[in-house]
Amino acid sequence: MTVSADPDSEPQAVAIDRYLDCLGLFCPIPIVKTREAVKQMAVGEVLEMLSDDPASEADMKSWVQRTGNELLDVSKAGVKYRFLIRKVR
Amino acid sequence: MGAGGSDENISILSPQVYLDYGGFGPLDPRVHAVMRPYLEGWVGNPSAIHSLGAEAKESLEASRKKVARLIGGLSHGVVFTSGATEANNLAVRGIAVRAQDRGRHLVVSAIEHISIINACRDLMKHGWSVTWLAVDSEGLVDPETLRHAIRSDTVLVSVMAANPEIGTVEPTRALAAVCRERQVPFHVDGVGGIGRIQLDAEAWGVDLVTLSGNDLYGPPGVGALCVRPGLKLVPQILGGGQEDGVRSGAENLPAIVGMGVAAEIMRREGAGEIQHFIQLRDRLLRGLLERVQGVRLTGSSQHRLPHHVSVCLRDIKGESVVLDLDLHGIVASTGSACASKTREPSHVLRAIGCLSEEIEGSVCFTLGRWTRSSEIDAVLEVFPRTVERLRAISPSGSKASSL
Repeated sequence: MTVSADPDSEPQAVAIDRYLDCLGLFCPIPIVKTREAVKQMAVGEVLEMLSDDPASEADMKSWVQRTGNELLDVSKAGVKYRFLIRKVR
Repeated sequence: MGAGGSDENISILSPQVYLDYGGFGPLDPRVHAVMRPYLEGWVGNPSAIHSLGAEAKESLEASRKKVARLIGGLSHGVVFTSGATEANNLAVRGIAVRAQDRGRHLVVSAIEHISIINACRDLMKHGWSVTWLAVDSEGLVDPETLRHAIRSDTVLVSVMAANPEIGTVEPTRALAAVCRERQVPFHVDGVGGIGRIQLDAEAWGVDLVTLSGNDLYGPPGVGALCVRPGLKLVPQILGGGQEDGVRSGAENLPAIVGMGVAAEIMRREGAGEIQHFIQLRDRLLRGLLERVQGVRLTGSSQHRLPHHVSVCLRDIKGESVVLDLDLHGIVASTGSACASKTREPSHVLRAIGCLSEEIEGSVCFTLGRWTRSSEIDAVLEVFPRTVERLRAISPSGSKASSL
């Protein structure tokens, strides 16, 4: 995972190509919707996904590892997670 | 392969070899016969004040008694729901929200159904904390582990009667004793086990039990939460106050009547079916272990549902095995519907410490009331060839022989 040296600059540092709102949804739906979104993206493009499922951090880390995509960043505000995922293949 | 059209007089015979009763159970024809007039005739709304309404109300209450009797809940109140998922949600959220002044902590096993787990995760977002009880390599919850997990602010413990993915039967009676001693309400998701294993809610001190109509060979779309009298729940579905105010919405009478009859049949006949199940199950399991290399049982061999066989295969995917068996007229499953949607490793198999390559190779056979001995023969004939063929084309297939 790439971790930016300056966390404050992270949201601006990456151009977001696609946005996915999974707030209020639980496993398995955030993973299923992420998979569908990434499938439609071109290699190199970045997905921003929002989720408030407490399990989604572990789920997304496991998903990118298994599928060979890249988790650029995870940030958390309150109960909301924001994931930046780059399609690698 | 299957009985096919030659047995059209006995409609319950499946056209294939059907070993996914855990996924879906057919309707018992006797249940269907009782349900029919409720689907076809003039049946009142149980809340109506006219005579048809009164008759409907009587049928509803009779079903309640039948369902309660099945779990030994002589005085338990039965709340009919749309299924086990709703009943599990109602148990977790209904108790947690009602009891929040006393505490905001829940204790739940790590191998619960996703309808328990996600209800807990929803509460976590709103300030509750959850202790996920670890299980051993067979999937068993140790009552001592539970004892240590209960805190002064714990308001609910939930551990299933039996796990439908690995067939492990939990020590419900001992777990209930711990909860009673600590005076914490105990919920049991009974979907995977009731009818095949004993549960005596009243005597054991189980406060809440979830049941599913379909898993008793009743209709789908109906379930129940059996609640010990005096235990208060916050309703999750609001409206006209049906089901004693706990679950609004006009009752699904045909399905509820069906579930009542299914529960009654299960209470009378369930125990008598067990020996037959065990015989078939053990023959299937022994045969699989003898005929196929690199296969092992998941769950417990001793504390096991009588109708359940679950195995892990090295080097091939359970999904491929299930699809190949399907081509040969055999219906089985990989064990977890949720994991099949995400293709992520099943939380149950992870919790019992399966290696990741084993988790992918999970295959599950669940027997039922109409399983014939010939169906076991068919699996034992086809399964080894399926595995051999898939291993031959699998990139890591050669490793199997070294096991």
